[in-house]
Amino acid sequence: MTDDIRALTARLADEPNSLAFLELGETLRRRGQLDTALKVARGGASRYPGLADAHDLLARILCDRDDLPSAFEAWADALRLDPLHPAALKGIAFLYFRSGDAVAARDYLERALEADPDDATIPAALARIAGASPAIVSSNAVSPNAVSSNALSPDAVTPVSAPAPAAGATQPDGDGAIDGKTLLVDASGMRLRGTLTDTAAHDVSDAVAAQLAGVSKEAARAARLLELGTWESIAVESPDGHFVLVAPTGDTVLLASAADMPMARLALLADRAARDARGWLERER
Amino acid sequence: MSATNAVLDRLTAVRGVRGSLLVSCQDGIVVAEQVMDGVDARTAAALAGSLVSRLVRTAEQAGRQPPTFVHLKGAAGSILAAPGRDDLVLLAIVEPDANVGLARLEMLDAMARLA
Repeated sequence: MTDDIRALTARLADEPNSLAFLELGETLRRRGQLDTALKVARGGASRYPGLADAHDLLARILCDRDDLPSAFEAWADALRLDPLHPAALKGIAFLYFRSGDAVAARDYLERALEADPDDATIPAALARIAGASPAIVSSNAVSPNAVSSNALSPDAVTPVSAPAPAAGATQPDGDGAIDGKTLLVDASGMRLRGTLTDTAAHDVSDAVAAQLAGVSKEAARAARLLELGTWESIAVESPDGHFVLVAPTGDTVLLASAADMPMARLALLADRAARDARGWLERER
Repeated sequence: MSATNAVLDRLTAVRGVRGSLLVSCQDGIVVAEQVMDGVDARTAAALAGSLVSRLVRTAEQAGRQPPTFVHLKGAAGSILAAPGRDDLVLLAIVEPDANVGLARLEMLDAMARLA
């Protein structure tokens, strides 16, 4: 048993009701230990029947075990709980693709794209369906000429994650700067504008940018599932400085950082920086 | 009344607070809760705990001190979070017109007393 599996197993043993089963189940699945993964996932889903992620995990494992009807049911359960669950939408698209129903596969992928417009794998999968569709029969069989189903694997990429904001930032372009401390990031976690440094003056801009994409997704999901509407901002206070995240457009995130400014004021300035960023983006595009 | 329940009582009494819960950030386990009908405490714990964990980790990795307060603002309400020791985080789910300033003070005070 590897160290990470051992640690996760111990955590779950200590706290059987924890969410550690999600990470443990996924790790076991990726290692090919499907029987154990299935047991972990079923246990977790029974304790958290209202958690869409639990059903998604179960579905992935069942899919790997080639129990496709059960995988379909599990993803359908996930969608009943969260109709915009991107992984479940992709999973069902994959099953339809496997069965040769390109129309249904495309429909679910388009819904997944609406739910998660930042997922670059979805447009790629749609393009592959469009390219392969003359070779795919729409009802029961999959043509031998069809694109490999790996193109639509449920294991297809999910967003990046990486380290995070730091003490100081500079804004070389000047527009919308809050004393020069903003960072504008695109949906893929790539830096568009601004620079951030940590307390040791190391440039952490790109690492921060990569992390911001993941934070934005989690915030959007939490706000949606808790019925808080569209997320508008995330304010984070630390003893040695604050930062505020806002979304100037649907596919960008702006971080505004300040060491000694009241949080409400920083939030106002972040809004102003976001307006400036929108103008800049329009000029650049 | 336990100290934890007293904390949740005070927080839930703030105008606009729909529910409050104490959560283990790492596992998303609800340690204590006081939520109104219609608030799914376990889902809130899992989602908010995950987001807060990510923000805490990233701030620490950047050499910053761990966050003491997080405010995720949505169009129809907000989540407030006050991370504390031992991976515990105090969460509040609030209406758009909630007194966030007072809730924040209560939460910071509460985590200091629970430490």
